[in-house]
Amino acid sequence: MMSDTPHPPASGPLEAGRPAPAFTLPATPDQQLALADLRGKPVILAFYPADWSPVCGDQMVLYNEVLPEFHRYGAQLVGISTDGVWCHAAFAGERRLHFPLLSDFEPKGAVARAYGVYREHDGTSERALFVIDGEGIIRWSYLSPLGLNPGADGILDALDALAGAPQQGARS
Amino acid sequence: MKMLTPPVGPEDHMQGPEDAPVTLVEYGDYECPYCGEMYPVIKALQQAMDDRLRFVFRNFPLTGAHPHAGHAAQFSEAAAAIGRFWEAHDLLYEHQDALDDASLASYAQALGIDPADLEAAFDGRFDARIRVDFSGGLRSGVNGTPSLFINGRRYDGAHEPEALLDALELAAAVAG
Repeated sequence: MMSDTPHPPASGPLEAGRPAPAFTLPATPDQQLALADLRGKPVILAFYPADWSPVCGDQMVLYNEVLPEFHRYGAQLVGISTDGVWCHAAFAGERRLHFPLLSDFEPKGAVARAYGVYREHDGTSERALFVIDGEGIIRWSYLSPLGLNPGADGILDALDALAGAPQQGARS
Repeated sequence: MKMLTPPVGPEDHMQGPEDAPVTLVEYGDYECPYCGEMYPVIKALQQAMDDRLRFVFRNFPLTGAHPHAGHAAQFSEAAAAIGRFWEAHDLLYEHQDALDDASLASYAQALGIDPADLEAAFDGRFDARIRVDFSGGLRSGVNGTPSLFINGRRYDGAHEPEALLDALELAAAVAG
């Protein structure tokens, strides 16, 4: 549940430098996860429109494979969609996902709204990424075209920047 | 624009002339059905482009989704160690319905891979190399399989043979 006061309509994803809005959401039918629980280490928030998108190009399946790389930075990955907890449980089980999927279900999309990534007409979130530092400040955000899996390169570059490491490879 | 990182090098598995004007890189998973669909397409492209195309395959096994993808990649690297990577690659894509360990062992026998070497591959002998492929893919913006790069640039177009051939011909024209 969101405990915060209502947020004004979003005009795009919250940008780097802003404090990450607090939230507490169900991670399983009987467990809640609060952003505050993850303080002290980087957090990757991956908003996505829905469970059960096509298999091989699936963003969550890709991130599941990248977990060891994320963990090398001490970063915790959290997926968020407006799907319900039982849907998440079935999806995570079938795809063997090893990170929490949070249910932004009631009030619907409240966390997505707070981060500026709710799609009013669809009732889902955008496909959007946030990297939050250990102090709870957004350090990088990215809005992906809805149908395009954004991959992990942007997240890894952001984690590099957080760690003060030189960026690997050249990107334009 | 997502660029291939690292660029193609001597460590890569490649087919076709090194000085071909066009290099096509595939990040693939042997158990991914879409990679299976891409397999004959790439064969056709190689035929159409002939010695104007160099093809490179890099490992991108999504082992959580595809339980046999990891061992299949390890088997292919064991084949590479005896110079038979492409035969292994083709065998795997032609038998995507039979990638269990027993099947892989029979393919290994057919290729002349020592059973002990296959075991060592399953135990991780080539995992560092597979990991390098995978990490490079992540850095290059690979977001699923198959992901294709044409002369270092990610190809986001259609996977139909005609569209791909157009893209390759264009790259060849640009390369002069």
